[in-house]
Amino acid sequence: MINFIWIGILLTGIVFAVFTGRMDQVTEALFDSAGEAVTLCISLLSVLVFWLGLMRIAQQSGLLKKLSGLCRPLVARLFPDVPPEHPAMGYMLSNMIANLFGLGNAATPMGIKAMEQLRELNGGSDSASRPMITFLALNNSSIELIPTSVIAIRILHDAASPADIAFPAVISTAAACMAALLLDRLFWARQKRKGRVRA
Amino acid sequence: MSRMAAVSSWMIPVLVFGILVYALIKKVPAYEAFVEGGKEGIRMAVSIIPFLVGMLAAIAVFRASGALDFFVGLLRPVLGWFGVPPEIVPLALVRPLSGNAALGITNDLTAAYGPDSFIGRLAAVLQGSTDTTFYILTVYFGAAGVKRMGYALKVGLLADVVNFIAAVIVVTLVFGRS
Repeated sequence: MINFIWIGILLTGIVFAVFTGRMDQVTEALFDSAGEAVTLCISLLSVLVFWLGLMRIAQQSGLLKKLSGLCRPLVARLFPDVPPEHPAMGYMLSNMIANLFGLGNAATPMGIKAMEQLRELNGGSDSASRPMITFLALNNSSIELIPTSVIAIRILHDAASPADIAFPAVISTAAACMAALLLDRLFWARQKRKGRVRA
Repeated sequence: MSRMAAVSSWMIPVLVFGILVYALIKKVPAYEAFVEGGKEGIRMAVSIIPFLVGMLAAIAVFRASGALDFFVGLLRPVLGWFGVPPEIVPLALVRPLSGNAALGITNDLTAAYGPDSFIGRLAAVLQGSTDTTFYILTVYFGAAGVKRMGYALKVGLLADVVNFIAAVIVVTLVFGRS
């Protein structure tokens, strides 16, 4: 599916450029954004090296395992296909906790690590497994207690109470989070009915 | 607010402290472990590059060609029927595609309508309540080497729609429509 979406976005853009006469801007955007992507990866590099180094220490000392044991009852229900003892659980939990506190740069490396573990669990397959999709659905609408970048913008523009949007944001996220989990279950059930899933 | 900010600035040092003290107690060779884990980070960051270049380039072309503006224009009257201010539509559409672009739009809307207006607050809630769906899927699936995403994108985008509706309702209820 991602294939069609990717091709679709690019082709629609190029066809539109024919009519809007913005071919120059499109060419420029192509190369600028490619450069931007590489810059983004380089800025991710430092974060990944630091946090994965730290997480390796936590893993070797057994801290990660302890953490996943702590929250097992809740998370085990969300991920019935992942054995509770599996290291993926520890990484997923650390990712969710980091997200909760708005530590985006700590959350990403742990999330990636979790995905790698989930892939191993899935026999190294190229396709997304059920727990992967559940995890990303949660991650995408992850609850952030303090949306720092937005609050910074509001301070910049002299809001009367810059952080007053935090509560509505949490409520709104919670709704999206619940919807994501429901949709995830729904699509999973549908796929299973169609028999497209290998046991 | 200042207490909240203090909590987040203490968070990371405290976390690092805790992990290191625990390693010390358990007699783990922490430095060696750090370096080993860090090496893995390099490999990951490099492996994400092609995924991000492909996705960001596609989105940039879509925006630069004027296609995005066109679809925003199409959606405006539809959302207007539901009492959604048309000014917010570009943000709602860009939010799942590009985090930086969305932050830019949020900044513009806050500047233009004021941080304590309905539009200003709605923009802030939209920006703060969800992550960039395309980016999340690209980075996480890309780094793990998963090429077929299944129904993950569908779930992510539909959840974004729910988030948008919830944001409009919650902001209206909490702050009113001024």
